[in-house]
Amino acid sequence: MPGSGCRANIKALFTRGNHATDSPRGIFAATRLVGWEGWLANIHPRDSLIAGPKHAETLVLFVLCAHFLVAIFAPILFSRMGRSAFYVLAAIPGISFVWLIAQYDNVFSDTLPSPSLDIPWVPVLRLDLDFRMDPLSWILCLLVLGIGALVLAYCARYFKTNDAGLGGFGAQLLAFAGVMFGLVTADNFILLFIFWELTTVLSYLLIGYARTRIAARRAALQALIVTTFGGLAMLVGLIMVGETAGTYSISAVVAKAPELMAAVGMPRTVLDVGIALILVGAVTKSALLPFHFWLPGAMAAPTPVSAYLHAAAMVKAGIYLIARLAPGFSETQYWQTIILVLGLGTMLLGGWRALRQHDLKLILAYGTVSQLGFLTLVVGLGGQEAAMAGMAMVLAHGLFKASLFLVVGIIDHQSGTRDIRELSGVFKSAPKLGVVALIGAASMAGLPPTAGFVAKEGIFQALLANAGHGPSGAVVGWILVVGVVLGSALTFGYSARFMWGGFATKSKGMATVFKPVSWLFLAAPALLAGLTLAYAFLPSVVEGWIKPYSSQFPSYDPHGLHLMLWHGFTPALGLSAIVVGLGLVLFLARTQVESWQAKLPPVVDAERGYRQSIVVLDAVAIWVTGRTQRGSLFFYLVVILSTAIAAVLAVLVLGDQQWSNNLYLIDPGSPFQIVAGAVIIIGAVAAARASKRFMAVLMVSVTGYGIALIFALQGAPDLALTQMLVETIILVAFVLAMRSLPAGLEERKSGSHKGLRMLLGVVFGATMVVVGALAMGARIHDPVSLSMPKMAYEGGGGLNVVNVTLVDIRAWDTFGEISVLAIAATGVASLIFVRGRGVRLPRAETVATGSIGRLRASLPAPTIKIAKKFSGSSHNPWLVAGRTLAPERRSIIIEVVTRLVFHSIMIISVYLLLAGHNGTGGGFAGGLVAGLALTIRYLAGGRFELAEATRVSAGTLLGLGLAMAALTGLAPLFFGGEVFQSAIVSFDWPIFGNVKFVTSTLFDIGVYLIVVGLVVDVLRSLGSEIDQHEESGMAAIELIEDDEPLEVGR
Amino acid sequence: MNANLTLLLVMGVLYAVGIYLLLEKSLTRVLLGLMLLANATNILLLTTGGYAGLAPVFNKDIPSGEYNDPLPQAFILTSIVISFAVTAFMLGLIYRSWLLSRADDIQVDLEDIRVATQGLYDDEEDSEIAVEISDFHENDQPLGKRETIPGIGPKRSEKPAKPEKPSKPDKPGKEKA
Repeated sequence: MPGSGCRANIKALFTRGNHATDSPRGIFAATRLVGWEGWLANIHPRDSLIAGPKHAETLVLFVLCAHFLVAIFAPILFSRMGRSAFYVLAAIPGISFVWLIAQYDNVFSDTLPSPSLDIPWVPVLRLDLDFRMDPLSWILCLLVLGIGALVLAYCARYFKTNDAGLGGFGAQLLAFAGVMFGLVTADNFILLFIFWELTTVLSYLLIGYARTRIAARRAALQALIVTTFGGLAMLVGLIMVGETAGTYSISAVVAKAPELMAAVGMPRTVLDVGIALILVGAVTKSALLPFHFWLPGAMAAPTPVSAYLHAAAMVKAGIYLIARLAPGFSETQYWQTIILVLGLGTMLLGGWRALRQHDLKLILAYGTVSQLGFLTLVVGLGGQEAAMAGMAMVLAHGLFKASLFLVVGIIDHQSGTRDIRELSGVFKSAPKLGVVALIGAASMAGLPPTAGFVAKEGIFQALLANAGHGPSGAVVGWILVVGVVLGSALTFGYSARFMWGGFATKSKGMATVFKPVSWLFLAAPALLAGLTLAYAFLPSVVEGWIKPYSSQFPSYDPHGLHLMLWHGFTPALGLSAIVVGLGLVLFLARTQVESWQAKLPPVVDAERGYRQSIVVLDAVAIWVTGRTQRGSLFFYLVVILSTAIAAVLAVLVLGDQQWSNNLYLIDPGSPFQIVAGAVIIIGAVAAARASKRFMAVLMVSVTGYGIALIFALQGAPDLALTQMLVETIILVAFVLAMRSLPAGLEERKSGSHKGLRMLLGVVFGATMVVVGALAMGARIHDPVSLSMPKMAYEGGGGLNVVNVTLVDIRAWDTFGEISVLAIAATGVASLIFVRGRGVRLPRAETVATGSIGRLRASLPAPTIKIAKKFSGSSHNPWLVAGRTLAPERRSIIIEVVTRLVFHSIMIISVYLLLAGHNGTGGGFAGGLVAGLALTIRYLAGGRFELAEATRVSAGTLLGLGLAMAALTGLAPLFFGGEVFQSAIVSFDWPIFGNVKFVTSTLFDIGVYLIVVGLVVDVLRSLGSEIDQHEESGMAAIELIEDDEPLEVGR
Repeated sequence: MNANLTLLLVMGVLYAVGIYLLLEKSLTRVLLGLMLLANATNILLLTTGGYAGLAPVFNKDIPSGEYNDPLPQAFILTSIVISFAVTAFMLGLIYRSWLLSRADDIQVDLEDIRVATQGLYDDEEDSEIAVEISDFHENDQPLGKRETIPGIGPKRSEKPAKPEKPSKPDKPGKEKA
């Protein structure tokens, strides 16, 4: 599908010059239904609002990306433009809103399916970037984009330019608008969930805008925890429903609903529970009982955020999800119970609580809770009339609630408080603001001529129809009617309380100081109030928007429901009259109601429950952490090792084991290995018992050399060579690193757990022996490596199978390994130098003769004399920098030997590198040999000698090596091969004759360079740098008499 | 299949001594333990190659079963060099630990103990805070100083305007202090 869309798109661009009068609808037909020919056939003259490409499909993505992109750059805008940058941000949803209006024809087409875009993302998980703009999405987008633009513009006057973190705030708010847009257009459950959780995260950041205030942080965290909890439940539900339906496409799942609902038994139960879990997500997001408390808490957010997130957009996400699923699933097992009980309960509780608030914003917040319950109830009820009236209310509520929040923001901004006990005479100070508020409050209370009245009339009519003919039966139907009338009376009550509290002159002559309101500041709420009135006078337009959605439901009213400002004297009007009457009573008796409420014990104190569960969670977390994270490495290791032993033993005991049928002590191919084995065992035990540091190190080396011997006897010359070299260099490194540490290595008597350690060691060793024997016994197939010699020769062009395996067959492994080497080398250097790889040493000629490494202890006079005589010569007889060493440090024998062997060793190392492909050797062995040669230079001539020998820094060597290996891996791609594929190039050279060159040799050279770099880093860190520490006395400071250990983690 | 008991026994001893040393307090011994464990593992890998054989250098006249298995050899070669790098890194650590604290010992992590012994009360979550009734906190001036129309201002004393305590970003900090 995207492919054909693309093709048509390109052609459309090509032909646009000839057909300047194409229509968007025509293009959709082309992309989706009949292809290119259909597009031509559908052309009809029509002027379009927006020029340029008109694919709604791709533009959905474009709108989304525009929000995110501009959000990324928002901080820059704010640093340049100050708070006016909000206008730039507002333009994004604003322009998108215009585009949305222009899409009307496409979305509401009778003949064509809704514009949709399917981009495969992770097809295996059925996670695709599917977007669909149907009438329901379109209506929600109106709120999301329209109110988003207004709120962002409003922010430009609400905040001050020097407010901290404004750039980040603007970015988050704009990104939020984008995410909400994605949420209501997503047509894939998982994608919807991603957007859902993104709104949660962004709302966390936005509520916590005042980073320095505890109240804001606490509220943000509370909203995050509650809505994430619901989100996770929803994810489980989405997966259950998606798996049952066999698709994660929302439209497909809803279309499949009749089939799914017809199922019986397990699939039906899974569906019921899945839908119920999805509703849990909707209930938490839309702040329904018992999760309603997060919304009033979230009023710690700046007021524009509340206006957008907590009135118009985010809390509507739950309502949207209910509306989305209601056409198919409103008759699942738990749907009606959850929707009706929680909806009505929330409506009544929210309204009741709103009547005792003193903060204007909290009155609105509890009012919103109440209205969300109301909306949930109506939208989730099912039936054509309820759907129509419910969606009408969603729009009306978005308009008036956002407007009222923005009004509260202005009051707060101009007077410095929202407390109705402090505000007085505001209407007189700001009559225009008062009128705007009055329109909003009237709409909230359901008074004509406002949107709220039109929608509420519709709802009463729908509820009456439902009570008469609806599926929930007469009793439930009438309970709903009575409940909603009561709830609406409460709504009237708090609407009146809001107007009175915010604007009335409470005692004569008393007036709060109120700065004049600029028209720019007032523009956004005024516009929304204007729309509230326009809605009331043009209800048929709104009805037209909702019709395609609501007609998916069965109708319970023979006359149908039409949104109208004046229906005549109908039962619904009668209910409205009752509401106004009851509401007036509630308002007039407000003092009594308030004090009565204060006396009543709270029926539902969900916030307390939330807090207590958090306390319990904390206690459990501390308890578990305290028991498991004791800060003792010994404890952790014992747990890990015991688990390892127990798990393996459990498998041994419970499993059906195939023991090796041939256990042999003496390998006929290598009878002497038993001798080497004995040496190793002796070395290991001696290492454990050694009480001197270097003795222990030497004993471990004995085991290492012993293993090298075993390798050699076994038929592994490469391993033997490498092991020997490594063992030697490790020995040198040990001596270098540990020269400042005390020689003794006494075991601590106290707390050493010697018995336990022995036991664990022996049991672990024995377990490994058994595992090893069993593993051999379990082998039933020929080794995969049987084919490797032939592969190595024919594919890798080398005779040495091990080397070809490393550089070719398993080159990825080796690449990972050399990366580790580079990291470890850098780590060693950082540990010793702390900053960087250390300044490069000055050239040796700048160093005074005999100045390096003077011994403090005096040597016998004759020795000094001989030493001085030897070092007296002015030139460098043997080594470049040998003369820099103090006379007593020099040894003529070592210098001569170094001079003799260095170059030979280097040549051997290069030989090993190049010969490794066909015989023993390779990059590792070659690099180690070169490292050994450098070690000798260092030992003979000191750090300046090493510096002279390695004018290239270790970092450069490592980088070069890695780059070389990586390029060798990538290069074949340019010749149409695969990563790390090797090629054999053979050519004739005059003297050498035919030379065969394998490209993997280049990789081996990279390995060589890295190993040399590693050794150089070790020598320069553990050698040269510690030399300098020693000479400066840093490493040899006497232990201060202070038994207290240094505090960790400071 | 066949199992070489000699190699397995050597491996077992190396593992046993390696674990014994690993559980020590002295960092040097821990490092030696790690090296023994690496050696033991190399022998385990070698054992999987079966009987001793010819060095795996290709010769078309020799059947591939005659060679010692080259795959474990490649693994071991990798392991040897990596162990070298790890050892060098550990040596750096030991020297650094010596330089900083004059100790070659693994110490108990005090931070962990601090976490485990903390109380349930947390300022961030549990402290009483004043109700905030305006977004504009710069208005939180001392009571009575805000501009009002003289004589007719509302009763300020009702307003709970206790300024909030400064937050404490790091919880452990307060116990230390």
